Amino acid sequence: MLTRLTQELTAQFSRRRWLAAAAGLALGAAGFGPAMAADDTIKVGVLHSLSGTMAISETTLKDTILFLIDEQNKKGGVLGKKLEAVVVDPASNWPLFAEKARELITKDKVAVVFGCWTSVSRKSVLPVFKELNSILFYPVQYEGEESERNVFYTGAAPNQQAIPAVDYLMKEEKVKRWVLAGTDYVYPRTTNKILEAYLKSKGVAQEDIMINYTPFGHSDWQTIVADIKKFGSAGKKTAVVSTINGDANVPFYKELGNQGIKAKDIPVVAFSVGEEELAGIDTKPLVGHLAAWNYFESIKTPANEKFIKDWQAYTKNPKRVTNDPMEAHVIGFNMWVKAVEKVKSTDPDKVIDALPGTEAPNLTGGVSKMLPNHHITKPVFIGEIKGDGQFSVVYKTKDLVPGDAWSKELEGSKDLIGDWVGKKCGNYNVKTNKCLGSGT
Amino acid sequence: MTTGEGGDLPPSLDLLNSCRGCPVPVLFLAIIRRLLLSIALIAVSVPAFAASFEESVAKFANDDFSDTDEAVGEIAVSGNPLAFPIISALQDERLMFDAETKKVYVKQADGKIIDAATGAAVDKLPDGAAAVSLNNRLRRTVDAALGGLTLLSPDTNTRLTAAKSVFKSHDEATLPTVESALAKETNRAVKQALTEARAAILLFKSDASEVDKLEAVATIRSRGDQEALALLTEISGGDQPASVTKAAAGAISSIQSTLAVWSGVQNAWYGLSLGSVLLLAAIGLAITFGVMGVINMAHGEMVMLGAYTTFVVQEVIRTRYPALFDYSLLIAAPLAFLVAGAIGVLIERTIIRFLYGRPLETLLATWGLSLILQQAVRSAFGPTNREVGNPSWMSGAFELGQITITYNRLWILCFTMAVFAILLAMLRYTALGLEMRAVTQNRRMAASMGIATSRVDALTFGLGSGIAGIAGVALSQIDNVSPNLGQSYIIDSFMVVVFGGVGNLWGTLVGAFTLGIANKFLEPVAGAVLGKIAILVLIILFIQKRPRGLFALKGRAVEA
Repeated sequence: MLTRLTQELTAQFSRRRWLAAAAGLALGAAGFGPAMAADDTIKVGVLHSLSGTMAISETTLKDTILFLIDEQNKKGGVLGKKLEAVVVDPASNWPLFAEKARELITKDKVAVVFGCWTSVSRKSVLPVFKELNSILFYPVQYEGEESERNVFYTGAAPNQQAIPAVDYLMKEEKVKRWVLAGTDYVYPRTTNKILEAYLKSKGVAQEDIMINYTPFGHSDWQTIVADIKKFGSAGKKTAVVSTINGDANVPFYKELGNQGIKAKDIPVVAFSVGEEELAGIDTKPLVGHLAAWNYFESIKTPANEKFIKDWQAYTKNPKRVTNDPMEAHVIGFNMWVKAVEKVKSTDPDKVIDALPGTEAPNLTGGVSKMLPNHHITKPVFIGEIKGDGQFSVVYKTKDLVPGDAWSKELEGSKDLIGDWVGKKCGNYNVKTNKCLGSGT
Repeated sequence: MTTGEGGDLPPSLDLLNSCRGCPVPVLFLAIIRRLLLSIALIAVSVPAFAASFEESVAKFANDDFSDTDEAVGEIAVSGNPLAFPIISALQDERLMFDAETKKVYVKQADGKIIDAATGAAVDKLPDGAAAVSLNNRLRRTVDAALGGLTLLSPDTNTRLTAAKSVFKSHDEATLPTVESALAKETNRAVKQALTEARAAILLFKSDASEVDKLEAVATIRSRGDQEALALLTEISGGDQPASVTKAAAGAISSIQSTLAVWSGVQNAWYGLSLGSVLLLAAIGLAITFGVMGVINMAHGEMVMLGAYTTFVVQEVIRTRYPALFDYSLLIAAPLAFLVAGAIGVLIERTIIRFLYGRPLETLLATWGLSLILQQAVRSAFGPTNREVGNPSWMSGAFELGQITITYNRLWILCFTMAVFAILLAMLRYTALGLEMRAVTQNRRMAASMGIATSRVDALTFGLGSGIAGIAGVALSQIDNVSPNLGQSYIIDSFMVVVFGGVGNLWGTLVGAFTLGIANKFLEPVAGAVLGKIAILVLIILFIQKRPRGLFALKGRAVEA
């Protein structure tokens, strides 16, 4: 009986797939099914999980794209045609992402896809986009070390989020001792590797860096928080750099609050905690802990205020928050519209060539530009958590920071660049002047 | 510095409030008179920055972190009676500034507004006024400044907090105040805190005598906690006389060895706490799976439903009866039992009763059911986390020796034991419990004795589900309330029940605590990820050796 149980548990993924699909069909997706094909529309694919673990973050992004399409159609659409969203639900299931991507491109013939959240889902759809030559806009901050012809990265690369945050802590808080805490998967591991190399280059000793990984959805933080406290009592100012992802953040912050670790003693700077994640916590004990993003809802600019107002009206929810990946979609969407209008076609090859150099205003007052490495320029903000679940910005970079596809801190990637304009290569080695294989 | 009348309002402000209609010059004269008086009253001689006080205050209006920092430093030593209200307003984000006129205002706790530079009452804030913003560095500066200002406060707790923040900031400038406060102090706890604060200052004072420093090391050593360790480690790296460095090194190793013992105690406590969470999540499963033999993959969703019940109860209380918030969990617990229990009965009647004796089909059906329940909750409440607040008696922590015990974990442990005891008593002493045991041990015999077995089945399943619902109330206090809440507990719950021995509640208890404690002793050594894997491997090996778990049921019931 037990063996049978174990078998069932190990087979969890495959079974979960069809059941999730079935449940999704039965319950969730009823309203979204591929709409009637009409030739006078341009189809836009939306590939975000609406069920499963990642639904918590990705559902909002689906709504964002629907909202943007709605707004664009009110302005008359693109190239005289209306935009039409095709929403699919990959159900937080990585292989299903690839299947759904294929379906969007071949069956629904979408012109562009906005989607993915986790790096593993992006990696899973990459071959599909390459093979079928389509375009993916990826809106989430990620670990970098990638530049693909068919993908446009509108989220932050590590040098647009992690490095400025660490710089801030060194300068402003005089932090000398570092805890790098993350969930055990590719984004935290790569980011921490980059940060470790960076900290050492700034003269931080090995014994002043503590690296700690926890499983997905970790909920018992007592030991780790106690360890952080202990690590912080070595007489040097200590800070925690958190790449803890998703649901595990709530119990982590609750434990910090309960054990009385105040931001003024040991500040925590997080790269995956935004307005949405804080919506589930009482933030009063967390005032002063930090987050680094390229956008905060609390930033007062006319563009942002209008966006928040329109978004809340569109979702009919006056409390609906906005966050960084949403802004990334806004920028990405506007860049795509501009590029399409420039080449007067939705042909992927033409649009891919037109996108680098395209500019679109971001919501915080600057103008972001698509770079030849398919990353964009972004401002970096450091915000402190306030009692009402919003952030107050305590630091902002002077200029927009261009995203590095390949980290300058890592031995293996410091000589690489992505350049899809001149070199037509995603991993060009500037020392040897060779393309390492990701070319056209 | 406060003027001796301490606390919230220096006398000049009371005067202001009582003198609303006075002509301005009279007011000014009165203030200046009071000001001079209060400066004169203060024993410590402080240079009076009569002119620059206003300049310092005006710096707040720039809303620039370094300007604010300077302003706090200048105001704290100004000796002006407005210093305390200004800095405490800054701490609570009640210090407002108007960028256009460069005026700074204090919004007092009672809603009245005064001009920060003069103390004059103001009718209303200008439209563009915003709170002066803070960052962590400033919060520390503000704490240190307030610590220095409130050391002589008449309120014991305020003095204690002040002494503690001086200990943390160990700012040399506060030494005279600390010493005069120490001389006057009668309360033992505050005296201790002040002595420690003085020791901390002396350790960092470069011109303190060697004797003083050695004495200070001894004081800090007797404190014996992590903060003491941090302080001693910090000074032993600095430029100190050899004897002091040696004493500090001795103190460090003595504190470290004490702390090592305490960390063992701490691991044991964390283990108990994790065990209680595991037990709470598994206890309902011990009935549906352990006693009835139903592989219920939707068990986690019952836990989730309990958590969402808590959320709904808290929402209603927040909007209608905010005074009842501290009782929200007590109200939610029976409701969660009823909601989850009712759904459990419904599931048993409509699905599971057709699948008895077919474990694989039950497993598949309940797994599908769990997905349906998750999606239903996601559609009803949205995919994002819902905020479930901690009642005041479940927030915070207390120190026991050198370990921190958080109230929520402590209460969950007590709660789990209570649920376990009630369940055990129910199975043993009530008619329903007797019938349940009879049916699970020998269904046909029980039926022929006149027990309505299908009714008992439904009630047993409902009981197991209801208890899972109660678990959800407790788990909402430490985990996310999201549609995925249940999934993270289902595997652990099965692990506990199988490890403890199917069909035995005591086995579940021992299993949960063993796994919890083993996990927490492994975690510091192996890390959270490897620790979890190690536990799984150990369980697999154990099950190979004893397939029926720790406490196997014996007798004919097992063969049935």
